[in-house]
Amino acid sequence: MTRAQKAVSAAIFLFAVFVLVPWLIAATGRSDLYYTLTSVALLSIISAGVWLTFHIGRINIGQGAFALMGGYVSAILVVDYGVSFWLTLPLAGLFCAASSVLIGLPILRLRGVYFAMVTLTLTEVMRLLALAIPLTNGAKGIVSIPLPGALSVFGATLIPDFATLENPRLAFYFLAVTLMVLCFAALYRLVHSRIGRLCVSLQQNEELASSIGVNIAHLRVIAYAISSFLGGLGGAIFMAISQSIYPSSFTVTDSVNFMLNCFLGGLGYVFGPMLGTLVLYFGWDLLFETGELQLLIFSIVLIALMLVLPNGLLSLRPGKWRR
Amino acid sequence: MNGALLQVSGLTKRFGGLVAVNDVSFDVQEREILSVIGPNGAGKSTLFKLICSFMRPSHGGVTFRGERVSGLAPHIVARKGVVRTFQETTIFKGMSVRDNVIIAHHLRSKAGLFGFFFGSARARRDEAEFARSADEILDFLGLGHIKDELASNLPHGHLRALGIAIGLATNPAVLLLDEPFAGMNQDETRRAVEIVRGVRDRGVTVLLVEHDMEAVMRISDRIVVLNFGQKIAEGTPAEIQRNERVIEAYLGIEDETIGL
Repeated sequence: MTRAQKAVSAAIFLFAVFVLVPWLIAATGRSDLYYTLTSVALLSIISAGVWLTFHIGRINIGQGAFALMGGYVSAILVVDYGVSFWLTLPLAGLFCAASSVLIGLPILRLRGVYFAMVTLTLTEVMRLLALAIPLTNGAKGIVSIPLPGALSVFGATLIPDFATLENPRLAFYFLAVTLMVLCFAALYRLVHSRIGRLCVSLQQNEELASSIGVNIAHLRVIAYAISSFLGGLGGAIFMAISQSIYPSSFTVTDSVNFMLNCFLGGLGYVFGPMLGTLVLYFGWDLLFETGELQLLIFSIVLIALMLVLPNGLLSLRPGKWRR
Repeated sequence: MNGALLQVSGLTKRFGGLVAVNDVSFDVQEREILSVIGPNGAGKSTLFKLICSFMRPSHGGVTFRGERVSGLAPHIVARKGVVRTFQETTIFKGMSVRDNVIIAHHLRSKAGLFGFFFGSARARRDEAEFARSADEILDFLGLGHIKDELASNLPHGHLRALGIAIGLATNPAVLLLDEPFAGMNQDETRRAVEIVRGVRDRGVTVLLVEHDMEAVMRISDRIVVLNFGQKIAEGTPAEIQRNERVIEAYLGIEDETIGL
């Protein structure tokens, strides 16, 4: 695609997300869709983190751990310390990034299925941790968390107090999609810069990468930290929407789903996790009618899709946004 | 000799009870082509990994320009100027030939990661310079006409050349080539020998590990011979061909294979 085509596609996307969707929802009165679409936006942010770890050649089935961690960090700061939610948002991300550096330094040396296995247990470890330590209030979780307050800079109110809003759902929708757009724009830039190509060099051959002077340990940890930052960010907003967080808010199933979102959308495309999340989320809901067969049909369709389209749904696009 | 570019001294590597490399010492002079030869299992590949620090020695060490490099991380050794290529066809398979070489310019980049993220002026200068240099290296190695091919689609001979191109892109002082002539027919070997000479003529010191005796005798300034992990001879090709211990070590191999 040329530069102009990219700009036009981006403009159409932004128009659809910020104008068309709210207008359609207002016209049809389906305001329940706000919650669904907000979830999709947040889940795609979290999945984008998983996608980045795929990009350096690591199968990450532990993103739920960081989403849970981000949610708890934000909740504890808001409830126990009275910190503004808006400040806890980056703090939750940074806390997760810092933790992932500590966790990542040893485990990122593992490759393939070994790394996948360790990350798989991470979510469970985080759940048990949330159950065990007093700070997180055990199985009762943290509930009745206030809605995000006003955000003002130098007296000018940038974001009004969500509690005073007539429709906080709409506000959360705008918050989620704005962050989604920002995160994916940053990820797109990252992947298409030299850093992205260095990540691909890790993915394809770490020994060769280190022989050409790439500090592979450093780069791996950076990518994992960014990934966990996105996980924490998404988790924190989920906490704010549901106004509660429990040890079971993000489980191993969620971690697996984040990975599936990436597979479904396409590991070779930055926007893969976004499309994958949308299709997976709505696909699951559509199958609700089938009752107890829901999971069976869902799984069969997923397996079939992976066999037919190993490079994900975006590989169907004629004009390629490869890498 | 103290003027040596690279000094290997008392290098030893044990794997449990097995001594793969046993007290090996030799010097590599600037701008020479030095080959390490030896029968199968003589410890050549281990020696090679020790020199570029992909493995830690049990004893002894390697100094480069008077500075010990053993024990440092491989990417730091590469940064100092000791760069290896790989025995098999180790390349970035999913990238184009040109991208393989461009990415290998990593060590030459002046901009930091943030610079590349935000597309700073310095980062853009780096990118332009890498692309220009990559084209030059590819033309030099005769890969110019296939630079837009996906690397995984290349035939064997070209892959070897691409491996050398990746090595050259790092601007090395010493390039270690792991069996650059393995599995090549005579014609391909002749071309590859020319390439290695060309690399030396660019000012790069070449250290190579090789099985192909004929090519080694033709190309090397000096040869180091290993057997059972020990150095048994060192000298010019003519000296090595006359050396009795070498002949003994290769007993059972027809005389022709060692160029007698």
